[in-house]
Amino acid sequence: MLWLLPALSLVAVFLVWPVIDTVRRSFMNSDSTKYVGFDNYRFIIDNPQPISADTHAALLNNLLWLVVFTGVTVALGLTIAVLAGRVRYEAFAKSAIFIPMAISFVAAAVIWRFMFELNPDQGTINAVVTKLGAEATPWLQDQGGPQTWFTNQGPQDWPQPFQINNFALISVGIWMWTGFAVVILSAGLKGISTEVLEAARVDGANEWQIFWRVIFPQIIPTMVVISTTLVIQALKNFDLVFVLTGGRYGTDIVATLFYKQSFVDRNFGVGAALAVVLLAFVVPIMLVSIRRFQAQEEAR
Amino acid sequence: MAEVSFEHVYKRFNDSTAVSDFNLEIADKEFLVLVGPSGCGKSTTLRMLAGLEEISDGEVKIGDRLVNDVAPRDRDIAMVFQSYALYPHMSVYDNMAFGLSLRGTPKQEIKRRVGEAAQILGIENMLDRKPKALSGGQRQRVALGRAIVREPAVFLFDEPLSNLDAKLRVQTRAEISKLHQRLGTTFIYVTHDQVEAMTMATRIAVMNLGVLQQVGTPQELYDQPVNQFVAGFMGSPAMNFFRATVGGTPDAVTVDTGSFSLNVPAGRATALRDYAEKEVILGIRPENIHDAAYVPTGLQTEVIEATVDITELMGNEIFLYLKAGNLSFLGRVDPRTEARPGNKVRVAFNMDEMHAFDPQTEESLTSSAPRPKTEAVAAVGIAVLDQSDVKPIGDDAGEPSTDLVPPITKGG
Amino acid sequence: MTIRAKVAATPATQPTTLKREEERSGAGPLSLFGKFLSKFSVHVILILIIVAWSVPTFALLVSSFREPADIARSGWWNALTGSWSFTLDNYDQVLSQRNMGRAFMNSLIISVPSTILSILVAAMAAYAFAWMRFPGRNMLFLLVVGMLVVPVQMTLIPVLRIYGDVTVDTQVPIIGGNLFGINSFPGMWVAHTAYGLPFAIFLLRNFFAALPRDLFESAYLDGASEVQVFFKIVLPLSGPALAALGIFQFLWIWNDLLIALIYMGDPELAPMTLAIRNLVSSFGTQYQFLTAAAFISMALPLLIFFALQRYFVQGVLAGSVKG
Repeated sequence: MLWLLPALSLVAVFLVWPVIDTVRRSFMNSDSTKYVGFDNYRFIIDNPQPISADTHAALLNNLLWLVVFTGVTVALGLTIAVLAGRVRYEAFAKSAIFIPMAISFVAAAVIWRFMFELNPDQGTINAVVTKLGAEATPWLQDQGGPQTWFTNQGPQDWPQPFQINNFALISVGIWMWTGFAVVILSAGLKGISTEVLEAARVDGANEWQIFWRVIFPQIIPTMVVISTTLVIQALKNFDLVFVLTGGRYGTDIVATLFYKQSFVDRNFGVGAALAVVLLAFVVPIMLVSIRRFQAQEEAR
Repeated sequence: MAEVSFEHVYKRFNDSTAVSDFNLEIADKEFLVLVGPSGCGKSTTLRMLAGLEEISDGEVKIGDRLVNDVAPRDRDIAMVFQSYALYPHMSVYDNMAFGLSLRGTPKQEIKRRVGEAAQILGIENMLDRKPKALSGGQRQRVALGRAIVREPAVFLFDEPLSNLDAKLRVQTRAEISKLHQRLGTTFIYVTHDQVEAMTMATRIAVMNLGVLQQVGTPQELYDQPVNQFVAGFMGSPAMNFFRATVGGTPDAVTVDTGSFSLNVPAGRATALRDYAEKEVILGIRPENIHDAAYVPTGLQTEVIEATVDITELMGNEIFLYLKAGNLSFLGRVDPRTEARPGNKVRVAFNMDEMHAFDPQTEESLTSSAPRPKTEAVAAVGIAVLDQSDVKPIGDDAGEPSTDLVPPITKGG
Repeated sequence: MTIRAKVAATPATQPTTLKREEERSGAGPLSLFGKFLSKFSVHVILILIIVAWSVPTFALLVSSFREPADIARSGWWNALTGSWSFTLDNYDQVLSQRNMGRAFMNSLIISVPSTILSILVAAMAAYAFAWMRFPGRNMLFLLVVGMLVVPVQMTLIPVLRIYGDVTVDTQVPIIGGNLFGINSFPGMWVAHTAYGLPFAIFLLRNFFAALPRDLFESAYLDGASEVQVFFKIVLPLSGPALAALGIFQFLWIWNDLLIALIYMGDPELAPMTLAIRNLVSSFGTQYQFLTAAAFISMALPLLIFFALQRYFVQGVLAGSVKG
């Protein structure tokens, strides 16, 4: 028991107790002095302060993150892993993609503010965009729908959360996490037996069929593992939005809104309820992935 | 109809040559086994035939068709891999049906063929399982089934039994032979195990260092090996080799190993007539060395005295690890022998079954079997001498007496 | 999606030439798939992606060595076409006047002990979870690993309240700060250790559990105690896992902003990340400072990444379940 004591007591104080305490406070008023039942959850559902605390926007933004960030990262990761496996500079290619994982969110924020800078004489992206004949835009502030930029017309605002700045933020997330997907998918692809692929060739499959009917089905489990990690990441995502926009211009997600409610507006009750909502989404996913992990362990 | 022919086929990797000037005609319905030590180029040869390996030079034909640039799927072949190479995400049924469905075979037809193959192999009750849920032997059957349903013109096997345990291997060996009789198709089978080759093949092709050494029926290869490599490779325990000097008179030829001298019977002496007073390599299979007290009747033998090192009882016979002078060798003798470790024993050599090889080229002097056509043989004779694990004779001319043949390396 | 479309549209080239290519690059499973793609389009797509991925970091690096006036007037790419008035002033400025030197030291003082402490505590717990039998072992393990999902922000207020109560405002010599609690280095060490434990225990337990049982049994038969087995067998055998974990923990702690933001408000004690964030708020578009400061904060992680890439990748593969 002595072996476990330091770890367990730290986990209890820094993680278990705060979770319990947060759940408790989610049923209390803004300064945690009295119980208010489900009022804070009702606040999240009814969204009574759409200007200062737009809970609906935060939830929708999180959903967009979840779908776009996870989907694009996995798809891009698979493409790069497949392509990199075909060339001799595979290791170099993979490190280039992987580097952003080693960088802090703060440094990434500086890098990308600079990339997204409005002035085409400073911001790389707007320089490219204006060279191509399109208009420069403040990527991190622009709340228009993507089509307004592509076509310069049409309805100025797409429904939330389809705003240009959300996509800009998500692309930074993709930039940081694709390397992770590449490394794992690449290992997964290498784990597929060469003889099995040769058997498929002898069986009469062309290269396209080999990929979709033999390789792809075999890496689906790997993609599930990656997707799980990325989904949890998308739900918990905080730092990136916090340092790049601070949740302004309609880019708030649940985690940043929680932070604002708790530390800026001192509304501990709503903050805690937001955290609990977040947890409620993450826990089932984590349970499934732990269950799957245990099954793997036993199968080994 | 599917004859297979290789004409002057080469395989080069960067700066090394894996297969050189390979010529072989395989008749329809033949069971040809390609055998040789690991790294001899036999798998590469098979893979060139399958289309998994590019042919650097030469021509490969299946039937009358040149297949050098034909994709594997269009060669009308099926292959069983060493690791079985089953698709792990598909059920047994889907594994077997995959090749047919890629070709657009009607569902009913696929079902019929898979059902038939499953019945032949006795795997009808596991068609819904995934490969992971099968034992090694069962996976092996599925791999066979996957090949059978395709009804190909040629079956290729790449060491299909090496992942099975000894008992299952013997059993599956017999089943593959039966399958060959039943299907009546050309089988080409690669293995490093000469026992598999001997038991299954209608013809065997022995390879070493990328060069075809000899092609023939199992009996032919065993009785008439064309060179020292084939002689040493076929048969277990391996043939004993002694470096010996040819002496005596033209009417009574002898061979002298330095530790003992033996008379050569007239039938064999003619082979040695160009080697008077020269060195040859004498080869005697262990079963042709008997305990002098239990020589089968009718054999003309040469008797010498040797010391027993170790005895191994095999049941119906006893292996004697013998020593005479500085030479050690192995005899397979009658189990009634009284030889005990440390004792002297009189052993009888059946010289009618002796082999002799040229010490430089390693070519057999006694074999009348046809040699394969190849420009590469001469080069290999030298290469064989360089390969320490194949070479039974030391090159060090200084002490011929230490040139022992250790058949023990394969023993046990 | 555009990449997919391009791939699909590439016509197949002659099979023979491709087969030769495949031979040379060592025919792996992927080369089989990609055989119908022309080599050329693979290179083009891949290089475009690599460039896209590297440009942001490269732009930062180039800009950090340019004159402030140049940065404001022209894009960083102009520096590559000849007129680069290379300067180290930005770094000099940031390190001396903007307190980045001190912040760098603070980052080190926070990261190194936290990393060591978390690995030690985690290794002990992981050993117990992997090789000792006690009731509720699996439940406890799942509870600890389950804490992976807890967003750190959620814990800040409750922990902050505890820290407020236990703060000892005795100044620590040399490194500075309080002895414990808020604005103290030891407080940061303990907090980082605690937050890193779920992942660290998860990773190490799996590694320890994979060690052969015979090894432990023979050590016990040889008369080794639990402690001896731990230090003489488990830890030495776990080198790669410990290295991978160490790199991860170090990078996370080095790159952390949030925990420092809450528990380490004193600007004198702030690590790099916090100092840069403050710089961003006060000099939003003065990129000469931001780029130099950001690059200083990235230098150590990048160095570690390149030197120990193998372990880094192993760690990613081993811990891919982490949230």
